[in-house]
This record gives sequence, C-alpha cells and structure tokens, in this order.
Amino acid sequence: MKTDIILAGVGGQGILSIAAVIGKAALEADLYMKQSEVHGMSQRGGDVQSHLRISDQPVASDLIPLGSADIIISLEPMETLRHLHYLKKDGWVVTNSKPYENISNYPEMEKLLEEYNRLPNKVILNTEQIAKDLGTPRSGNVVLLGSASPYIGIDFAKLESGIRQIFERKGQEIVEMNLNALRAGKKCAVEH
Amino acid sequence: MKKQLFLGDEAIAQAAIDAGLSGVYSYPGTPSTEITEYIQNSPTAQKRGIYSKWCSNEKTAVETALGMSYAGKRTLSCMKHVGLNVAADAFMNVAMSGINGGMIIVTADDPSMHSSQNEQDNRTYGNFAMLPIFEPSNQQEAYDMIYEGYDWSEKWGYPILFRITTRMAHSRAGVQTREPKVQNPIRLEKDAPMKYILLPVIARQRFKALLKKQKEFLQASETSKYNQLFGLSDSLDNENMNAAHKKCRLGIVACGIAFNYLRENYPDGFENPVLKISQYPLPRKQLFQLTEACDEILVLEDGYPVVEEQLKGYLGIGLKIHGRLDGTLPRDGELTPDSVRKALGMEVASYYQTPAVVESRPPALCAGCGHRDVYEALNEVLREYEGAKVFSDIGCYTLGALPPFRAIDSCIDMGASITMAKGAAEAGIFPSVAVIGDSTFTHSGMTGLLDCVNANANVLIIISDNETTGMTGGQESAATGRIHSICKGIGVSPEHLLEIVPLKKNYEEMKKIIRKEIEYQGVSVIVPCRECIQTHARKAKAKNKNN
Ligand SMILES: Cc1ncc(C[n+]2csc(CCOP(=O)(O)OP(=O)(O)O)c2C)c(N)n1
Ligand code: SF4
Repeated sequence: MKTDIILAGVGGQGILSIAAVIGKAALEADLYMKQSEVHGMSQRGGDVQSHLRISDQPVASDLIPLGSADIIISLEPMETLRHLHYLKKDGWVVTNSKPYENISNYPEMEKLLEEYNRLPNKVILNTEQIAKDLGTPRSGNVVLLGSASPYIGIDFAKLESGIRQIFERKGQEIVEMNLNALRAGKKCAVEH
Repeated sequence: MKKQLFLGDEAIAQAAIDAGLSGVYSYPGTPSTEITEYIQNSPTAQKRGIYSKWCSNEKTAVETALGMSYAGKRTLSCMKHVGLNVAADAFMNVAMSGINGGMIIVTADDPSMHSSQNEQDNRTYGNFAMLPIFEPSNQQEAYDMIYEGYDWSEKWGYPILFRITTRMAHSRAGVQTREPKVQNPIRLEKDAPMKYILLPVIARQRFKALLKKQKEFLQASETSKYNQLFGLSDSLDNENMNAAHKKCRLGIVACGIAFNYLRENYPDGFENPVLKISQYPLPRKQLFQLTEACDEILVLEDGYPVVEEQLKGYLGIGLKIHGRLDGTLPRDGELTPDSVRKALGMEVASYYQTPAVVESRPPALCAGCGHRDVYEALNEVLREYEGAKVFSDIGCYTLGALPPFRAIDSCIDMGASITMAKGAAEAGIFPSVAVIGDSTFTHSGMTGLLDCVNANANVLIIISDNETTGMTGGQESAATGRIHSICKGIGVSPEHLLEIVPLKKNYEEMKKIIRKEIEYQGVSVIVPCRECIQTHARKAKAKNKNN
C-alpha cells in the first residue's frame, strides 16, 4: 500500500492539523510515512502545501515526484489547482469549494470550475458550510479530511483514533465535535 | 522503544538532549528555529536544567556555546545559513582553538530561498574552517549523527558543523531514539589551557595542530558508516559495463538528502555504483574507488556545487563530472526527485498542468498589524518629499515592499537598514529613512545606531517595535520594554527619541512627528510600539488555559 497526498491551502487555514491526524493514523496502522511541510514566511496568508507520503514500505523522498500524487486534499479551490502537476492521471481531488479571497485579482469561480470539469475524479464540497451547519464552524478542515477519507487508504477507524489522539488534551467535547465533523465529511463525499 | 514522528529539526533536538546536552544557544531563523524551540518546550530538558534561552544574535550564540564547552559540557548552537555569516568570526576561530566539551553547530541552509535572502551553501564554511561536516540524509540519521557526533567532537577536540536543508528540517518521519546519557560535569582541560588564547604565537601552533588533525578527520570519513559505497563489488548488471574498459559508464555521488531522491528513482535498487556521502571531509578512498571504476561521475548535492567543484578542479580537465556546473542539473534551487530523475536520463511526466487562472498568493502583513499603520503614516508623509528613500530590514515589516504599501527600497541583511540609511544620507539622499524591527535592532542594529550618533548623520530611524520576533513565529525579543533606554544610552538626543502607538486614530499625530523629525538635521529615532497581534493572541490563549 502506498498513498501520496498533497495537502494545500492558505497559511493559517489548518492544513497541518489534517496532516497531523493522518500521521497519527498512519503510525497506528504501522505504516511508514514522510511529511514535508512549510513553515516561515509563507504562513502569513500565502499559499502553503504539504507533501504527505504513507506506505507499507520505507519512503525514500520527502517530496512527491511530479505526476504521481494519488490525491490532492485542499482547503481552498484555487490552491487545489496550483498543484495539479503533481496529480497522477487517475488521481483524486478533494476540495473545499469556498474561496479564500485575500488577493485583489482572485479569479472568478466559474473559471476555476471550468478547470475542475477537466478532472476525472473529484469531490467539491463547501466544507465550511457543512461545518457551520454542524454548529462547529471551525472544524471545516476535519470535515474535509472526512470527505477525503475514502481515498486515503487508511481505515476510517484509524482516522477516528487519530482525531482522538490529536484533540485528546482539549477535552472530550472537542474530540466528539471533531469526530462528528469527520463522519459528516465522509457522508457528504459518499453521497456526492 | 516505539518510533516517534519527528521533524528533522526535532530529531536533532531530541538527539542532543539524549546525548547529554547542557546548553543550546541560538538565534531564531527559518528553517532552524524548531530545534531550539523543541528543547525549550521539552520537559526532559527542563528537568535536566538545559539552558535554552534565545541569544541576541548568532555570534553571541556560538561564543556562549564555546564558553560552555570550555567548562567541559556539551553544547549546541543552531542558526539559519545566513546566521553563520554573523557568527563567522567566532566560527573560524573556534576551529583554531578547538573545544573541550562536545560542540555542534547546526546550519540550516535554504536552497530555493523559501524564507531567505540567498541560498548560500555552508558546507563552504566547513571546508573554509577545515572542520568536519555532517550532512544527514534522513531524520533517523539526523538523530544518530547528533547523538554520536558529541563523542566524535570530544574525541577530536573540535566542533562539528552539522548541515541540514529546509526539506530535512521541516519534514517528519518516524525516528527511533536511544538511551539518554548523563550530562558532563564541569571538567576543565589540564594540558592545553593556552589553546584558547589565540595570540599569534599560539595561533600559529594551533593552525599547525588543525592541519595535522585533517588526517584524523579524513580517516573518520573514510570509515564512517554514514558514507557508503553501493554496487561496486559484484552485483552490477553487465549492460552498464563498457566492454573495452571493463568500466561502468556512470558513477553517482549523492550527498545528504540527495541520496533519498536518488533512491526514489530506483525503487528496485541502483543500476550504477553509488557513493552516498553524509560526512566530510570527502572520503578520498571511496572516491578513488568510484572514479577508478567509472568513466563519468554525476554529483547530486542540494545547494551549491561544492563537491562537484572539488572533484572537477578549477580547470575541469581530467575526470568527466556532471552536475550543476555542466547543466545536467539546474545551477540554482533545491533538488527534487524530478530534477534528479531528469539528470539520470529518465522521463518526468506530469499529466495535468497548473492552469493559467491560478494567481500567485504572496504572504502579507496580518490584518491589524502595527507595521501596517507605520507604513500608512510614513507613506503619506514621504509623498511630500520627492527624493525620499526608505532602507528597511528583515522581519515581517519587509512585507511592506509589496502592494498596497510599496513602502521600502531595500532589505539586505539584518541591521543594514540603519547603516545604509547613514551611507545614503552622507551621499546626499534626503530624507534618508531606516525601518527596522525590535529584534533585528538588538541583533545588529545597535552598533549602526552608534555610528549614526557619532557622525551626527541626518537620518530618521523608525524602530517598529512589536515586542516580539514576529517573522520566525513570535519568539521573545531580546530587549522588550528597553528599546527606548538602549537608544538613549547609545546617545540619541532625548528630544529626538520619540514613542508613538501605531493605530489609525493616531495617524495625524504620527504624521506630525515623522514630518518634524525628517526636518531635524541629525539622528532621530521614532519607536512605534504595539504588540504583534499574533503574539498577543497566543499569550491570551495560554493565559486562558492556565486559569
Ligand atoms: C542573520 C539572520 N538571522 C536570522 C534571520 C531570520 N530572521 C528574519 S527576520 C527575523 C526577526 C525579525 O524580528 P523583528 O525585527 O522584531 O521583526 P518582526 O518580524 O517582529 O516584525 C529573523 C530572526 C535572518 N534573516 N538573518
Ligand atoms: S505576525 Fe505579528 S508582526 Fe508579523 S505581520 Fe502578523 S501581526 Fe505583524
């Protein structure tokens, strides 16, 4: 088993917590992993990405080679497209559809959707709205992870356990809230 | 013990703690910052009483580390690559004196300049100082080479330069830790106490000692388990053998993290002889073996073509060497599995392209940041002066270069704002304004201010004080609450040393003060002071948690 994942978003949106949950889950599944992330300058509202590689064999490169990512998980619809050159031919794209407009020349949503139309495998969901509807507006990133869960290659139960471990020190209520978000995300993706 | 997920930086930190570290001395700088932060937050480090407070700059850091080593204890100093420029005087001379307690200096280089002004390769510094360099290829090696490095450093009596790059620093992988060692007690050297007095007569002896030591360093490289030769004995397939010579066409040298990119491209094993290098000086013996057996050599290294140049020699006659110098690999930027793949003659295939609609999204000052208010007011006043130039510095406020502000004309190295403003003023530029942050000011702006005062330079210096080291994630700043008194102590006239609170409602007052101080012929310092909103929010959160 081997899954190469590109995580994308805007600095501050929380892609690193998604990575942390998958990381815990992978470790629990006794898988090898490498995860390269961005710190520093670009975290100030710039574009950020993380390369996450999990496998039952040792992983060599910290970076995913071009044209070989199994899935792009993105918290922002334009940021997804920035990394398309990494996606393999039949790879999946799972993205939040709500734009993060902190630049004046943000493209029109229609233009972005045109690009999505060319992709064979995609899940486009307003994960922010789903999180709001759940009454936990800040759990959008966990909803997104839930939506991506069918394509990651790790048991859903392991991801749930990852959530428990990551949010444990914040109390049971927060754990439940995030488990809820994860399950809601999965449900929406399956019904998509 | 179960493996733990560590960033390369964290693996280094945990290894140093486990190796019996007594003090880490550093100044923040991406991508090195997390090493020191990890030690600051480690309960074990706290229990062991490991010193870990931030230093004012990289030079004070290395010197303090040397003091601890002098007493016989193990010490670590971490910095980003350009930090070693600041610490270079200390670094070059600690190679002359040598050390007592184990000492490792970590340089975190940043090829591709993810967060830096240049992509200098500090292996050059290691060679310059004639010290051993360690360059791990993965997180586990980073851990092991630090853990074992302290024994080596003490055995040799010299510090080790430990080189990582951004990718290693900021990538996580499972790491197996080892048994923690006890810390060294105070243990002074009996035989060679004069070695720290680098008077010419002693320095000459010390240089001879360093020259003599090279043999030992080399021998260690040649027997190091981190330098490995693959595929030269038997298992090569014959297709790659050139029949006439009984030679292989290509041998590959892969340094540090480049080795991973090579392996990525040969999941089923290498097709050519490979020399992996993680410890310098370059292992001559293995390099001879490789060049004897191969017609041509490809060098894969992240950063500058340091090894490639060494192998090629100045005139480039003799061995056929491929790498960054002959265009086999790009001359600039970090290596990737793809650039390595291309260099190996394999195809790199992308099925999709980044569509043209995707716009770039540069980082920006946070909404509500005090630097914004400073630039708003400054820009408005400077519109009244045609020849105004603003020399800025390194920190969040450098983002004032981008729209909507476009407020600055320079950003070179830490501290250069004040000194460049002085030089420009003396050349006749008016108004000549410097904008510098509080941490950068105490890092290396204070001496420049003294120059200004001594020369009564006609400059306006704005120290935009957000009471933190914002750019690198909000570490404490060396002189929070004392910027004013430092300036006063340096000799800035009290009438021209003014504080303001950078807020919209104060714009008129700010503009009035800026205008007045531009008109004053001499040194003026304005200190807009308001805490960074990110640091403020973090502190509030921590306080809530404790209540
Ligand atoms: C020699 C050197 N050391 C460290 C750095 C990394 N670095 C860049 S900006 C900065 C701190 C800036 O702090 P401050 O001047 O207070 O400005 P702020 O970011 O808080 O606005 C640091 C440590 C560097 N670029 N050069
Ligand atoms: S981190 Fe602080 S100093 Fe930096 S831009 Fe944000 S508010 Fe300003």
